[in-house]
Amino acid sequence: MRRPTRLWVALMLMLAPASAGAIPPADPLGSPMWSAHARTLFGDDPVRFDPRVIVSFPMIAENQRAFPVVIDSRGIVGVRRMILLADLNPIPVAIDYRPAHAAPYIATRIKLDQRTPVRGAVQLDSGQWLVSGGWVDAAGGGCSAPPVSRVKGDWADHLGEIRGEVWPMANGQRRVRLSFRHPMDTGLVENIATYHLEALSVIDGAGRLLGDMDIWASVSEDPAITLLVDSAADATLRVAARDTNGRDYRAALTPARQSPMPGGR
Amino acid sequence: MILSRRAMLGGMASLAAAPARAADYVITPVVIGDGIWMVRGADEPIESRNGGAIANIAIIATPAGTVLWECGPSLRYARALRQVAERLTGARIVRVYVSHLHPDHGMGLAAFDPAIVAALPGTIAALAAQGQGYADGMYRLLGDWMRGTDLILPGRAIMTAQEDFGGRALRLLALSGHSSADLALLDERTGMLLGGDLVFNDRAPSTPTAVLPAWRASLDQLQVLPHGALLPGHGPIDPAGIAAIAQTGDWLNWLEGALTQAVRDGLDMVEAGNLPIPDRFAQMAVARYEMQRSVSHLYPGLEASLLPRIDVKSAP
Repeated sequence: MRRPTRLWVALMLMLAPASAGAIPPADPLGSPMWSAHARTLFGDDPVRFDPRVIVSFPMIAENQRAFPVVIDSRGIVGVRRMILLADLNPIPVAIDYRPAHAAPYIATRIKLDQRTPVRGAVQLDSGQWLVSGGWVDAAGGGCSAPPVSRVKGDWADHLGEIRGEVWPMANGQRRVRLSFRHPMDTGLVENIATYHLEALSVIDGAGRLLGDMDIWASVSEDPAITLLVDSAADATLRVAARDTNGRDYRAALTPARQSPMPGGR
Repeated sequence: MILSRRAMLGGMASLAAAPARAADYVITPVVIGDGIWMVRGADEPIESRNGGAIANIAIIATPAGTVLWECGPSLRYARALRQVAERLTGARIVRVYVSHLHPDHGMGLAAFDPAIVAALPGTIAALAAQGQGYADGMYRLLGDWMRGTDLILPGRAIMTAQEDFGGRALRLLALSGHSSADLALLDERTGMLLGGDLVFNDRAPSTPTAVLPAWRASLDQLQVLPHGALLPGHGPIDPAGIAAIAQTGDWLNWLEGALTQAVRDGLDMVEAGNLPIPDRFAQMAVARYEMQRSVSHLYPGLEASLLPRIDVKSAP
């Protein structure tokens, strides 16, 4: 308990002289890292807490290496950017998503290194940030334990495998699910350097960018991401991603691949 | 005479030295047959308010001494259980069975001589590999309840299908599916079947180490095994011994089907964990909690088998 407080004090001392701008609102979750993260992420932009940013997760963190989170701000008009943040993770930001032609919705799984607030922060076209979230109790070690595929030793055999599917939605949008095989090494495990997916974009058949995101190693091993994009029902979607070693990943989601579901690989 | 007085003094000294909170575990044996009692666990998650005492335990009196089925989550619990059981039967504990590796069932075995603690070989191997992780988790969840509890491995690997205690025969069934090795026990005298965590009753099954096809096969075996009443691993006793087996199978089939359909429908894990639970499971304790845990256990595997490959070779 003492160490985070000391760390927080140290960070505040470091940051205090640089802070000339807006003071973020008091944190309803009482997180020791709120002020520091708010200054770093939001700068001088206005910030307020808003329950219309719906951050959903299970009642129990059963697996601290893969904790499912959904940020859904479809009830808010004009969202241009979404950040998924776990205050007390050593790598606090998991995803920074720009839904260009997509609903302000993202679902994924993250690592939890200890009990922490998990938040969604969405930025409006006006520049204002709206934030929501809650505390999650979790066993430690989500960021500092080696990935399962490193322990098994087969990560390289599956690197680059991408699975996914597209579903039409009643409102004309399309639900895209993507899952990558990647160790997502945090760099916090002895003798394993940082190595993770760092960029992902979804493009429609006409080359129009539907959404893109930056990704950090606090996203779970074998990242799984769900998005809701605007595109014609029969259009092929293309997915492009890159990891921190500069390896490129490409996938194509064609309507023909949607169904029927194959039983295996 | 001298020996027994020394034993008695020793016993009193150890009572006096026991931590004051040892009495906090309320251990109330309820008779469920001739010379067999159950100690009901709380139908709850492992939490500090219940000290982890959530698994059902049985005490069996035999001519050769007292037999325990499971020994609870902590050293403190197991010491209290031993006192209660030996007072109840008037005979020393000669055997402790641990049904499988999960800590709510057997972490208390440190209170006994490992030579009298028996488990399936697969359970002993799994405890050696994963037991410390479970111990860490229990300390995190339960704090002081766990004080003094160390991971100790059972000293006897069960290699026979039966043990006889002075004429009271106990059938030992080596099964699996809830974990890699699950023991069930049939008390020949009463027909009482002790199902371990292969069988839950009005308490949602937990699946952290489940292999569903093996679990179903084990349930099928228990279903056809002639037996009387059944004490499940969690939840109330099943007097006819069949309904709880059927309910456990029903839940597992529903769970797997619902999660498979959720992957096919494009749901994410959070959404899958909020799917409606059928009304027929309305009386089940901790249904939503276990369902969301099961999503965590089973969903990634279902995605890996059901979602098609979409990667294409990237241009150089």
